[in-house]
Amino acid sequence: MKAKVLPSLILLCGCLAASFARAEDIPPAAPPSCEVPAYLLATDSQLPKVGEAIRSGRPLDILVVGSRSTTIPSSEESSYPARLQAVLKDRLPSVPVRVSVELQSKKTAEEAAAGFVKLMEAKRPTLVIWQTGTVDAMRSIDPDDFRGAVSEGVAALQNAGADVVLMNLQYSPRTETMISVPPYLDNMRVVAQEHDIPLFDRFQIMRQWQDQGQFDLFSPSHGIELAKQVHDCLGRALAQFVIEAARVGPQQQN
Amino acid sequence: MTIADQVTGSTIAATADAKARAAVAAPAITLPAVGERELRLDLFRGLALWLIFVDHLPPNLLTWFTIRNYGFSDATEIFIFISGYTAAFVYGRAMLELGFVIAAARILRRVWQIYVAHVFLFTIFLAEISYVATSFENPLYTEEMGILDFLKQPDVTIVQALLLRFRPVNMDVLPLYIVLMLALPLILWSMKWKPDVTLGLSVLLYAVTWEYDLYLSAYPNGFWAFNPFAWQLLFVFGAWCALGGAQRMSRILASPVTMWIAIAYLLAAFYVTLTWHVPQLGHYMPRRIEQWMYPIDKTNLDVLRFTHFLALAALTVRFLPRDWPGLRSPWLKPLILCGQHSLEIFCLGVFLAFAGHFILAEVSGGPAMHALISLCGILVMWAVAWVISWYKRVADKSGAKAKGAVGNADLAGGG
Repeated sequence: MKAKVLPSLILLCGCLAASFARAEDIPPAAPPSCEVPAYLLATDSQLPKVGEAIRSGRPLDILVVGSRSTTIPSSEESSYPARLQAVLKDRLPSVPVRVSVELQSKKTAEEAAAGFVKLMEAKRPTLVIWQTGTVDAMRSIDPDDFRGAVSEGVAALQNAGADVVLMNLQYSPRTETMISVPPYLDNMRVVAQEHDIPLFDRFQIMRQWQDQGQFDLFSPSHGIELAKQVHDCLGRALAQFVIEAARVGPQQQN
Repeated sequence: MTIADQVTGSTIAATADAKARAAVAAPAITLPAVGERELRLDLFRGLALWLIFVDHLPPNLLTWFTIRNYGFSDATEIFIFISGYTAAFVYGRAMLELGFVIAAARILRRVWQIYVAHVFLFTIFLAEISYVATSFENPLYTEEMGILDFLKQPDVTIVQALLLRFRPVNMDVLPLYIVLMLALPLILWSMKWKPDVTLGLSVLLYAVTWEYDLYLSAYPNGFWAFNPFAWQLLFVFGAWCALGGAQRMSRILASPVTMWIAIAYLLAAFYVTLTWHVPQLGHYMPRRIEQWMYPIDKTNLDVLRFTHFLALAALTVRFLPRDWPGLRSPWLKPLILCGQHSLEIFCLGVFLAFAGHFILAEVSGGPAMHALISLCGILVMWAVAWVISWYKRVADKSGAKAKGAVGNADLAGGG
């Protein structure tokens, strides 16, 4: 119990202090519960186009292609893409950052990828963050087919001239006995390796939070608070991950 | 005096019993390696049962003791191999002594038992997820909860479950075992004719499965998580070993070359698994090898997994002789006891894993709670195995006739 009370108190104080200190629209300082081990945010692969945009101060257009777990029902502005935008703006004050979201609810990787060429023509983003796998795992699509679909999707995005980050599934302990996740995680890792693109390991990060008691993801609560906090932390981690993969020196950052 | 004492007493009695039976049966048998119960098989099957249970729970402290963290293969390989071995050992003898029809009839009775066990587990699973569906509405997981949509069509779902096409996660091993056991009469019949050709056919089927992507489909979509066309290789290999293959291989197994190859392979596999847990090490992994190696497919029993199991088995056989005195030590009794009642203990393990998930969900505890639940589960498995063996001893006393059949089903158990 103690292990949980203390961090939440700190979190509360941190939030209060931050909201007193700054205006509303600026994100509060990272609460301690967002801690992610460095290795989960480090990547060998790079995002050259993002790096270029940041260095030259050109607009950084990010497109998040996701599913229902990209958003929080009835609280769009607290979802991780929105938080990502806020944090990036804060950390890269000289770069105009715009994050847009393309929801592909209930679509498998293959179905989502089918629309990529059109989507890219319409949006022309610098970076696409493709979050996928959940629908495929729920429908237990053949992992080989899944890998092929993700691989083709990534190729389509790259051909359209964007950097790509893959994001894997949420860690969802309550449905662990119903959804078999490991084959999809493995195959996304393989695709990321093949194409030499960064993989944002959302699953492992969330599991880390659960294991260390930072969040109770088993919570049956109907309230929206937990979802907001998790998405806030995901947004921060993602921002850090993107900046790291872009390999920009500290002078570009705030 | 203590449980351990009673257990020791019981197994000695059982061994003596087995000896007596073997002595009676000996003249009619041409199978090699007939004798007293192979305690090594029981030991490792018990171990596999414990590991499968721990692997089915959310990761915790005990997970670090499971072999999947140290190489490619995991407890499932051990389990299927030993199941093939014991099944061939028992029913192979029945086939030689009593003919194909009787042996096949006994095998089918066993299949029925496993099927009933599977349906029983499914009922429990249904209760668990129905509870989750009605009580859990965390907005963070609206998408994942869509998996429960099948509850809206219980008619279809239940029929598909009875047809073994709808299987929840963690309930894949029993259907695989049912299919393998169904094929066992054919396998044994063929083994009786020419064991090596049978093994060859099995390898061929495995190769064809990989080449032409054979699989069994599942409901509502997807495929069997353990592809029987691929996993039969381990089962048939186990049967082949039981029916004399192991003896013929003994020279290969005893050679130091085999030993060093096995050790080198296990070390390499250990290094690869280490890179999963310590990603920093991934830098030292040649990209070419990574691309060739991944993904390591569990569904179709990747060759890397199979060879990893072979290496483990070769070293085990070499360093743990059949008459190793430690097999009689009270410390290993719980494992051996669990291995001797594998079908019951396997089902119990699946149930305990469900229960463990449930408790973890209701009582949000830290890592200590996780480890405690795993530990309690193992203790429960041991206790139940002890109770079952107690029942069998009592039943043995009351009716000598039933003894042979009970003993057989027991030895051939697994799931």
